[in-house]
Amino acid sequence: MAFVAIADRDHEHAHDEPHSWIRKYVWSQDHKVIAIQYGTVAILIGLVALVMSVLMRLQLGFPNTFSFIAPQDYYQFITMHGMIMVIYLLTALFLGGFGNYLIPLMCGSRDMVFPYMNMLSFWFYLLSVLVLVAGFFVPGGPTGAGWTLYPPQAIAAGTPGVSWGIITMLASLAIFIVAFTMGGLNYVTTVLQARCRGMTLMRMPLSVWGIFTASILGLLAFPALFVSAIMLLLDAVAGTSFFMPAMSSMGETTQYSGGSPLLFQHLFWFFGHPEVYIVALPAFGIVSDLISTHARRNIFGYRMMVWAILAIGCLSFVVWAHHMYISGMNPYFGFFFATTTLIIAVPTAIKVYNWVLTIWRGDVHLTVPMLFAIGFIFTFVNGGLTGLFLGNVTVDVPLSGTYFVVAHFHMVMGVSPILVVFGAIYHWYPKITGRMLDETLGKWHFWLTFLGTYSIYLPMHYLGFLGVPRRYYAYDSSIEFIPESVQFANEWITISAIIVALVQLIFLFNLIWSYRHGKEAGPNPWRATSLEWQTPETPPKHGNWGKQLPVVYRWAYDYNVPGAPDDFIPQNVPPGPQTPAGSHDHGPQP
Amino acid sequence: MNLGVAVGGLIAGIVVWAIIVRQLTVKPWELQPAGPTDELQEISRSKTIKVGLWVLLAVITSLFSLFIAAYYMRMGGHGDALALDWTPVPEPRILWLNTALLVGSSIAMQWARTNVLRGRRQGAFQALAIAGLATIAFLAGQIFAWQQLAEAGFFSPRNPALAFFYLLTAVHGAHLLGGLFVWVRTLLRMRRREHELIDARLSVELCAVYWHYLLIVWLVLFALLLST
Amino acid sequence: MALALVLILLVVATVLFHFLSPWWFTPIASNWQTVDATVNVTFWVTGIVFILVNLFLAYAVYRYRHRAGQKAHYEPENKKLEWWLTGLTTVGIAAMLAPGLSVWAKFVTVPDNASVVEVVGQQWNWSYRLPGNDGQLGKSDVRLVSLDNPFGLDKNDPASADDLLVPSAQLHMPVDKPVKLQLRAKDVNHQFAVPQFRVKMDMVPGMITYFWFTPTRTGEFDVLCEQLCGLAHFIMRGRVVVQDQEDYERWLASLPTFASTQAEIAGDPAAGEALYATCSACHGAQAEGNRDLNAPKLSGQAAWYLVRQLQDFKAGRRGTHEADTFGQQMAPFANMLPDDAAIRNVVAYITTLPEVRPAATVLGNPERGAKTYATCAACHGAQGQGIWSTRAPRLANQSDWYMERQLKNFRDGIRGAHRENFDGAQMAAIAKYLTDDQAITDLIDYMHNLGAQPGAGS
Repeated sequence: MAFVAIADRDHEHAHDEPHSWIRKYVWSQDHKVIAIQYGTVAILIGLVALVMSVLMRLQLGFPNTFSFIAPQDYYQFITMHGMIMVIYLLTALFLGGFGNYLIPLMCGSRDMVFPYMNMLSFWFYLLSVLVLVAGFFVPGGPTGAGWTLYPPQAIAAGTPGVSWGIITMLASLAIFIVAFTMGGLNYVTTVLQARCRGMTLMRMPLSVWGIFTASILGLLAFPALFVSAIMLLLDAVAGTSFFMPAMSSMGETTQYSGGSPLLFQHLFWFFGHPEVYIVALPAFGIVSDLISTHARRNIFGYRMMVWAILAIGCLSFVVWAHHMYISGMNPYFGFFFATTTLIIAVPTAIKVYNWVLTIWRGDVHLTVPMLFAIGFIFTFVNGGLTGLFLGNVTVDVPLSGTYFVVAHFHMVMGVSPILVVFGAIYHWYPKITGRMLDETLGKWHFWLTFLGTYSIYLPMHYLGFLGVPRRYYAYDSSIEFIPESVQFANEWITISAIIVALVQLIFLFNLIWSYRHGKEAGPNPWRATSLEWQTPETPPKHGNWGKQLPVVYRWAYDYNVPGAPDDFIPQNVPPGPQTPAGSHDHGPQP
Repeated sequence: MNLGVAVGGLIAGIVVWAIIVRQLTVKPWELQPAGPTDELQEISRSKTIKVGLWVLLAVITSLFSLFIAAYYMRMGGHGDALALDWTPVPEPRILWLNTALLVGSSIAMQWARTNVLRGRRQGAFQALAIAGLATIAFLAGQIFAWQQLAEAGFFSPRNPALAFFYLLTAVHGAHLLGGLFVWVRTLLRMRRREHELIDARLSVELCAVYWHYLLIVWLVLFALLLST
Repeated sequence: MALALVLILLVVATVLFHFLSPWWFTPIASNWQTVDATVNVTFWVTGIVFILVNLFLAYAVYRYRHRAGQKAHYEPENKKLEWWLTGLTTVGIAAMLAPGLSVWAKFVTVPDNASVVEVVGQQWNWSYRLPGNDGQLGKSDVRLVSLDNPFGLDKNDPASADDLLVPSAQLHMPVDKPVKLQLRAKDVNHQFAVPQFRVKMDMVPGMITYFWFTPTRTGEFDVLCEQLCGLAHFIMRGRVVVQDQEDYERWLASLPTFASTQAEIAGDPAAGEALYATCSACHGAQAEGNRDLNAPKLSGQAAWYLVRQLQDFKAGRRGTHEADTFGQQMAPFANMLPDDAAIRNVVAYITTLPEVRPAATVLGNPERGAKTYATCAACHGAQGQGIWSTRAPRLANQSDWYMERQLKNFRDGIRGAHRENFDGAQMAAIAKYLTDDQAITDLIDYMHNLGAQPGAGS
């Protein structure tokens, strides 16, 4: 048989949009539907974690008042809160949600390259969430080992949920990793292979760069969590001693011997540190686009931004042990990891400068997405700078294990990415639904969230300097260096936290109400340049682009180009007299 | 040999680096001299799937590298010496036979690939069938090796060397099982629908790459097990 | 507009908070002023960046806010500016990293004249060991740990015989002498942390970790565990007493050696029987307890617990609180026992007495009590059998009215308030969570049922 070229079979399938409701909204292979499924589940499970954080704060702010929060409940709450927020909310929302929605639209493709696998990815994710939630209903409840699940404690007596909870947790993580791998393969391959004509790598919006790099990080780092979860599971159920050393637990010698608890920590943080950037890089990318669009100015230093994303991505694999300075590992490692950690601050700082410099000399529209983006810059500067304390090995020693750490990672990994998530939802909601979110509600939501979270975390840093340890169920009066005023701080923080939690109801209401009653958005309400705003229909139909795939002629940041009549030129507008291409410095080229 | 690999790797690295640098230093706000039409490329479905497979192989590489790293760290215990409870496991002889089977299946896969590229449907089908059967034999042999170890009285979760032996072989076997799933589908398709040789060719090519890769993984694992 | 103002206000508020907040490092008590200095350098560098970046942000938001006719400046990049910023950032980073690494170099280098103290952590208490005259710590193995050898020391190692064992959570140290703490954990990860010393380190089972410091001022400092170690992590508490050489040596002289603790003869029940005559007046001939006389049942209780309570009564660690009427009644009787040998004898006799099941006198809702008991089970065991390593006594089959009273005493700060009663303080901290009396009643009823189950407390 003769050689037959395998032609693009894309167009054959482009228009066979499924008609049944189930195929369209449940077993859907459309990246936009999958994105919304991912986003919905992530937000719902995130709400569970939010409620748990309020319960924890109630205990800390008003100890011995709520008898239904026993110590084991508290430890189960901190564990589940942390795990859900980091993995099942932020990772899933940024990559499964925004990644799914934005990559094909921003790259000008019809869908992800493997739609069936993309669908499976969501269902595996849902399964992992269900198994996670099942942990609440098994005997003994979910694990209370802390989200880091350090052995021996995670599977040793004296820890809540040691019989069943830890098993459901590890199983859920393994399923999540399978789900993520299927999604991640899609995101990476789609970016590599399915960009439309003219969409060179360096013309991609920074959102795509951020999500793309984060997906690669995830694909390479999640196996470390998989390995540690499998081995810990075997230690728990099969009696192996990968991580479990000889120990005398509850006065009795166990069957374990020789395992290395530090091995688990190395594996966990080899995943755990890139995980920080799996969440942060999409946030970096998205916020760059929000700032550029709403400041009506090209992102400043695009190339530096791309290089910084890549540099951060690479460096994130060689900094993991800064979580382990005083874990008992060879203390000489401290020199290496402190150095790499502080080096990573350089590209990160460049990104911050460039965001601020984009606003500088811009035409700043303080829309709701822009408010969130600027709020992000403030909280990220704060959280990033405190990272320089904890990354520097000597400074880390007195601060590790205290509330300073809690404040730091909540600022940098909790509040900052969540502000971007909100900004991004306000920004893209019109594309997803065709209607605007209510602006007044949005502004209330922003101000109360932004100020409320700062009021939570600013005092926490100082409790950390004092030396107040984290992961304590209560601070009884027998700790002499902790003054009475700390109790006041805890009450203050708790009240702030309750307010912030309640404010999210405004947001939920807005999401639901605006779906029917929001202002009609039109195809491009923000007058943005990137491709997703140039779809023939809003919301985009299955296949995104109608008959003709778009062709890209320019980067995504042609705002206020000198000589152009309008203050933005979409990416798919060919160069012409009214739509010059080329920089101000070099002039339009022939 | 090693030097050759190193030099080759270095050259490949420099080439990749040069391509990346060239790509990433483009000033996208300037009109590209090449113009967007040069970017016109037929988006080839088969190429996309191959890229997807390579990304998957990168993930699997990460997975096995981490297992191997964990193996060495656990073996070393807390100090420089061997961990006290680490009792080296004598590798069952059958592993050599299994290795030969897997090499054979990989060769058969390659043969199937050659056949299918030349349009020889029957030959491709036969080679593919042989490759899969050899793989099934390999897996059966692995299970036999497990049994031998268990009968030799080594079966105890307390020996981490043994635990790793089971774990690594099981994870490797699970990957082969995943491959066999695709193999069955491909066989059935080739049997049923002759006119879809195009699809079959892609499947065979993918299988071949995947099998070669898992052969390499097994050789690395086997060398690891033999050397410790 | 409002946003720019708020950003400026936030910067001002943050700076003010920094200077006005009452929370800052505790006064340092070790040689690690260099750590504080590094923190201060970091604070200056990052503080300046924080102020500059955010004020500039506020300025940019205000100055370039959207107005009619406002046009953004198209400028894809500015190489010079970007390289300058990169360079300055690198300088700032280096300024923080250099002192950090140089202090760390000192941290990893233990001075030769540092004395060695071993800290042993377990769920959820501390103990310490010092090398004896030979200056060497004997070998230990966690597999040797038992009630009689809680440190798991190797009896065959000659170096272990003269090791000094600190049986309490309170460690003493001489001021101005460098000390290397050698850390060991028996079960799970812990961390030995004293905020005033600034330095700390995890304790990992299967490993020996270490760090060093020189205490520079006398005083008493709380030891905290700062690595999550299970349910009672937050009440795993110890104390370091830094004192001058003379006081320290007096304390040192009071410590038993490993050999002496091993040589302690088990109590003699025959000798104890005579001593028990006094006790029987209240506690009953069979140590079955007597509610009317407020004397609890003693039979069936673990010997190590009875010994410790008698020692506590004798030393004034229990039964000295003014509201503890019945404890005060007990204290003089405990004092009638002349020494530890007598205590062991009488306890040995009590353990020979037969078990009887005390009648239920406290009735509540045992189902609700069962839920509450999940917390208690962590230390006292799922069957209320008591666990020596958590220093938690048996609860099953004990006088329920007595446990109810003690639980309230713990909660109300009547028992466990003595500074050196670490076990009591731990129980007092956890009892606080039983906010209402009904919860205690329910719990006691449930614990009474624990005793009814066959095999409980055997």
